[in-house]
Amino acid sequence: MSLIDCRDLVKTYRLGEMEVHALRGVSLKIDGGEFVAVMGASGSGKSTLMNVFGCLDVPTSGSYLLEGLDVSTLGENRLAEIRNSKIGFVFQNFNLIPRTTALENVQLPLFYRGIPAHEQKALALGALERVGLADRQRHHPAQLSGGQQQRVAIARALVTNPSIILADEPTGNLDSQASREIMDTLTHLNREGITIILVTHEADIAGYARRAIMMKDGVILSDRDAGGVGVAGVVPQEARA
Amino acid sequence: MSFLLMTVWVAFRVLSRNRMRSALTMLGIIIGVGAVIAMVSIGEGAKAAVQAQIASFGTNVIIILPGTTTVSGVRSGHGGAVTLTVADIEELRKIPAVTEVGWARRDTMQVVHENKNWFTTINGVSPGYLIIRNWSTASGDFFTQTEMDAAAKVALLGNTIIKNLFDPGEDPVGASIRIKNMPFRVVGALEAKGYDTRGTDQDDAVFIPFTTAERKVMGTKFQGSIGAGFLSVESPEQMPQVVEEIKRVLRQRHKLRPTQDDDFTVRNQVDIAKVQEGTSESMTLMLLAVASISLLVGGIGIMNILLVSVTERTREIGIRMAVGAKRRHILLQFLVEAVVLSAMGGLIGVGLGVAGAKAASNVAGWPTIISGDVLVIAFGFSALVGVFFGLYPANKASRLNPIEALRYE
Ligand SMILES: Nc1ncnc2c1ncn2[C@@H]1O[C@H](COP(=O)(O)OP(=O)(O)OP(=O)(O)O)[C@@H](O)[C@H]1O
Ligand SMILES: [Mg+2]
Repeated sequence: MSLIDCRDLVKTYRLGEMEVHALRGVSLKIDGGEFVAVMGASGSGKSTLMNVFGCLDVPTSGSYLLEGLDVSTLGENRLAEIRNSKIGFVFQNFNLIPRTTALENVQLPLFYRGIPAHEQKALALGALERVGLADRQRHHPAQLSGGQQQRVAIARALVTNPSIILADEPTGNLDSQASREIMDTLTHLNREGITIILVTHEADIAGYARRAIMMKDGVILSDRDAGGVGVAGVVPQEARA
Repeated sequence: MSFLLMTVWVAFRVLSRNRMRSALTMLGIIIGVGAVIAMVSIGEGAKAAVQAQIASFGTNVIIILPGTTTVSGVRSGHGGAVTLTVADIEELRKIPAVTEVGWARRDTMQVVHENKNWFTTINGVSPGYLIIRNWSTASGDFFTQTEMDAAAKVALLGNTIIKNLFDPGEDPVGASIRIKNMPFRVVGALEAKGYDTRGTDQDDAVFIPFTTAERKVMGTKFQGSIGAGFLSVESPEQMPQVVEEIKRVLRQRHKLRPTQDDDFTVRNQVDIAKVQEGTSESMTLMLLAVASISLLVGGIGIMNILLVSVTERTREIGIRMAVGAKRRHILLQFLVEAVVLSAMGGLIGVGLGVAGAKAASNVAGWPTIISGDVLVIAFGFSALVGVFFGLYPANKASRLNPIEALRYE
């Protein structure tokens, strides 16, 4: 059984009279433990696909099985629970809650899980340690660099021990040094068994992944082996330099 | 439960970030609740004071005065003739619901003790009078039957008299005072009663036996003539019947033809109390109106600020939804913020209201009663206002589309 199994996914947005076809029939299988990069021109439907995978959005038609579960049959509350337990999101603009400490930001998914506060703190601190930011737990987002903020966001994504981390252009707002740190962190998590699906415009970022999917106008153009670190075990920049 | 507690905690933190804004938002509720508490406390105090005055006069008491009441006031009987006598009142004792009768006549005179003198009201009273009017002695005793029969020169002194004629701490019982140059022995000092509903000092009075007043002090132009008769009735419900019966008996005894007006006037405490109740009822209604309007205005303020806050925090709402917040979690969060604002405002309002009432009694000397019930109700209502006016913005927040919320700039 695949972790993700979708067939003929269609997503159509309606803007008054006009219809925007964000996805025009995407069929795809992703297994547990994979490291997938999704690439393609702006507007090709990458974010839309991620939102459907992350149960933030529902497709107009087509089927989507997440760990064998037909998500289209689920109500809003069950979708929220799936987002809480199986999915971790990492966004281009970090999306941390302002004026709230790193630790509390990481605690947030656990808060909605309703576990006791001291357990929330312990787990969140563990997640911050995994991204190397345990010493910044009391800092607010505004007191952290972009790269650090993104690592807090990664800690928040992995604190619930999700099946998948969905990262939509996680390095889009970062310089190359910070990007490399983020990708190293994600690679490390993938080696620990977490499935990672990553959207990027940059070939060298995609190079970290083992599988690269190219999208165009809402359909998959190509789906090939990318030969990233997941397989080769080498740092891609150096390999390509 | 623990989730709710954590939500409350988060709400406090969010609100304390915008301290000025939160304070201004609460102001409507604070002023509303504070004003209502202060006004209710003062109103209740005034009401209780009036009731205490009525009680001090004696409850279930009917007063009969000689002379006719006209719209313009009391006009005396036929050429100053006797219109009310001891015999009239004694006859009224036969009405079954009447428990006690008494009578009195009064005059203002000089009272002297040693080198001090005081101009006051001398009341010649029957024993029943003192019982009906709820008088009791602080020291000494009422007149004995023997003293009454013998028209003895004995006196009971009101508290104001004692203060003015005797040194502080001096026991007046057994002392001798002079009225109309006659020596009177003080047999009792009366417990203080304070002011009556008309603002008269009830303690500024000397009481002597009716017989003594009639025969030795005030003169006897008309034997048995009284200034006022007093009746006490078993229960307030019986008042109207008793009043009718009194009128019937007195008209018959005075041989009045049906075309003639009464030559006496009957009054009772229930009527006076009813008037008081009427005013306090309309006062309560006004307070309720003020309270509702101020809570309404305060609630709208909270709703307004919450709507702004929902817009400002759209992206935060999106983030929360992305990490697994259900719609009800978002709803609860904003609802709790609204309730925290309104309940805090209510609490501060209660504090200020109590302080205001205390100030009114300490500075202005008004009697105030701060009732716990009122505080709890006022606080409860302010919390309810938060729920009511928080519902719309909280619902709006919970209905946001997570993707659009995440994209919100
Ligand atoms: N809420 C929406 N309403 C209408 N159209 C939308 C909406 N969201 C996305 N679209 C449209 O769907 C198409 C796909 O958008 P999507 O965000 O998935 O692109 P993308 O591949 O992530 O692009 P980018 O690389 O710029 O992030 C675009 O044409 C976009 O304008
Ligand atoms: Mg995108």
